[in-house]
Amino acid sequence: MMTRLLTLLLALTLWMGPAMAQSPGPLRIEIDEGVIEPLPFAAPDFVGDSQTATELGQNIARVIAADLSGTGLFRELSKDAFISQITSFSSPVQFADWKAINAQALITGGVSVDAAGKLVVRFRVYDVFAGQELGQGLQLVGTQEGWRRMAHKVADQVYSRITGEGGYFDSRVVFVAETGPKDNRAKRLAIMDYDGANVKYLTDSSAIVLAPRFSPTGDRILYTSYETGEPRIYLLDIASVGRRVLESQAGTMSFAPRFGPDGQTVIYSQTQGGNTDLYSMNLASGAATRLTNAPSIETAPSFSPDGNQIVFESDRSGTPQLYVMSSRGGEARRISTGQGRYGTPVWSPRGDLVAFTKQSKGRFHIGVMRLDGSEERLLTASFLDEGPTWAPNGRVIMFTRETQGAGGRASLYSVDISGRNLRPVQTETGASDPAWSPLQP
Amino acid sequence: MLLIGWALFGGVFKAEPLPFEVTEVTAISGEEYAALIAPQVSPDAAVDVATPEAPSIDDNAPDIGAETDSQPQITQPEVADTPPPDEAPEVTEVLPPAEAEVTDEAPELTPPSEDVAVLVPDIAPEAQPRDVDRVAPEPVARPEPDARIDDIVQPETDPDEASETPQEETDATAPEEATTEIVTEAEDPAQAAPSRSLRPQTRPSRPEPTEEPVQTAQEQPSQPEPDVDENAVNDALAQALGGGQSETATPSGPPLTRGEKDALRVAVQQCWNVGSLSTDALQVTVIVGVKLDQDGKPTSIEQLSATGGNGSAVNKAYEAARRAVLRCGARGFDLPRDKYDHWRDIEMTFNPEKMRIK
Repeated sequence: MMTRLLTLLLALTLWMGPAMAQSPGPLRIEIDEGVIEPLPFAAPDFVGDSQTATELGQNIARVIAADLSGTGLFRELSKDAFISQITSFSSPVQFADWKAINAQALITGGVSVDAAGKLVVRFRVYDVFAGQELGQGLQLVGTQEGWRRMAHKVADQVYSRITGEGGYFDSRVVFVAETGPKDNRAKRLAIMDYDGANVKYLTDSSAIVLAPRFSPTGDRILYTSYETGEPRIYLLDIASVGRRVLESQAGTMSFAPRFGPDGQTVIYSQTQGGNTDLYSMNLASGAATRLTNAPSIETAPSFSPDGNQIVFESDRSGTPQLYVMSSRGGEARRISTGQGRYGTPVWSPRGDLVAFTKQSKGRFHIGVMRLDGSEERLLTASFLDEGPTWAPNGRVIMFTRETQGAGGRASLYSVDISGRNLRPVQTETGASDPAWSPLQP
Repeated sequence: MLLIGWALFGGVFKAEPLPFEVTEVTAISGEEYAALIAPQVSPDAAVDVATPEAPSIDDNAPDIGAETDSQPQITQPEVADTPPPDEAPEVTEVLPPAEAEVTDEAPELTPPSEDVAVLVPDIAPEAQPRDVDRVAPEPVARPEPDARIDDIVQPETDPDEASETPQEETDATAPEEATTEIVTEAEDPAQAAPSRSLRPQTRPSRPEPTEEPVQTAQEQPSQPEPDVDENAVNDALAQALGGGQSETATPSGPPLTRGEKDALRVAVQQCWNVGSLSTDALQVTVIVGVKLDQDGKPTSIEQLSATGGNGSAVNKAYEAARRAVLRCGARGFDLPRDKYDHWRDIEMTFNPEKMRIK
């Protein structure tokens, strides 16, 4: 019996042997280490069908390339290296020519001006080595004056199609423009594109202004002004530059406002009788609710993206630390545990991180941590870094950096949440207190 | 630390004989004359030596002692000065023996040649019969298998407290683990022999891979004993199924060595750029099936599976993996052509766990 069985198995072995020999099964390897380097891309000038369109096409390609290179995730290949040229938006791409210069992504586009004078921009993104288009070609229509925004929108699409997360290029930043010496500095509210272009001033320099914050739709701004001698909160409409003060009780100071995600709720700090606490106000009704009631200083509140929680700064433990509580008030939970003083917490638009300013051992840092206080990561270090604000995609943080000494100057910087790609944001004047808008519609 | 110890030892040993010579000299001179003068003369060196020579002319008997004194007094400071410079070069010379330790490290690297790893399933079942051999002498004398634990533990565990009893039982089982198996002592080595012979076959099997599996097949039916059957069946099954997949029975040549696999892995990871991936895409582990032509160039790439993310993130993770294979494979991966059957189909797992930003 056993002999028969063994004979059968032997036969099975001999029969399966040749079959296995022809296909021994796939070789399995695991790749668990890669490289982190900018992805090389080529962005030839967008092809125009007229003199005007050709010039705009060149400019648009430059802005797209600058947007992508500015992230630190991409590297533009010089035009001098190109083997083949894009002469027509619709002609097929010679992938071999782009492979040869190691262009891993290729952006092609065409620009035209239609009969109504509108600017029409079309583009495609290619994965060169796969010989495939990433996503599908897209066409944008806008005004000729708005060509920069159209370029930013194209760059957002390219960024998203390659990285898998949303872009942040078609966005704006409101900030405090600073001029004059340190002891007599004039401050004005200003707004610009995220890359520093198209600066517009929203207020004059007659009063000190602080801490502007965008509404969730990016059309209004809350800020603090000393116009009346005491700090008070103002609401400003960007399009009309019209503004109004948020009513507050007499004898109080209110500051550090921030919108809730519904665009109607505002949280802020109010000081009365030497004690500072957090308040919530409905913009439509003007009704205010007190959220904290402690003898310590509670300030710098920031909503979670879902509006259910607030992260804020309090010195109730003796030094400024970060706390999280319900947006309706109640018990607060301390999340910062490291050495030093923590302030100006801002909830990430993705909801997973809090950015903050940290002062430790005489240095200032911008850092991020998770909502339970874990995985604290300091991204910068300098004489004075403060006031982080998140890019719409939660990947980049902008903040104020001030240099030391009487001639010290405040300017804006941005940094990736990995800590890489720290770079200054070019502004005409000194600049501080940035707030990043959501992506524009 | 050992080197330094040896160096110090060497220095000490060679420094000690020198003072011995000095003490002998002082012993000679110290009989009469030096016993009185030596404490003053020894540190003062040659200047003091000259003055005592003058009285040596007047006295006859001390002349002999004076001559002997003058020589050792000169030598004493010289000897005292010389040893320290001698020690320094000796330390450096002691270093060469360190090479023996360097060679110790090298063999540590070689054993991990894990080509055998594929055969590990063959080894695991063999390990059990070995225990039986060791166990046999003591426990076999006691026929009752269940009572083994109770003999020691039970009188202690009888008290009602439940919390203590489990701890004591575990203490008792530890020494008796070895006594678990009783059956078939004589037959087991016969089983282990053919299964072990398979492993060396795969390594040198380049000339004759086909003949050796036939030998194993003959050995198994040649065993008439009925108790062998279960293991023999298992061996045959392992050869027919697992053995075929693990490249032992493939007549197309030996499998890729670990070095060759590593070279391929390194080639791919050089081109796997995760810097432009979103944090979501960095959570995705994607398995990619790659078919290569005989030049090592990818002819087709497909996503086999992915874990850890949603549609868009998976898409981007796959595209980055595909880019890695296509870029670095554009000129053909450097793989041994005679083993083409082993690498024509490759499953590459791209695991970004180490590359995450967090």
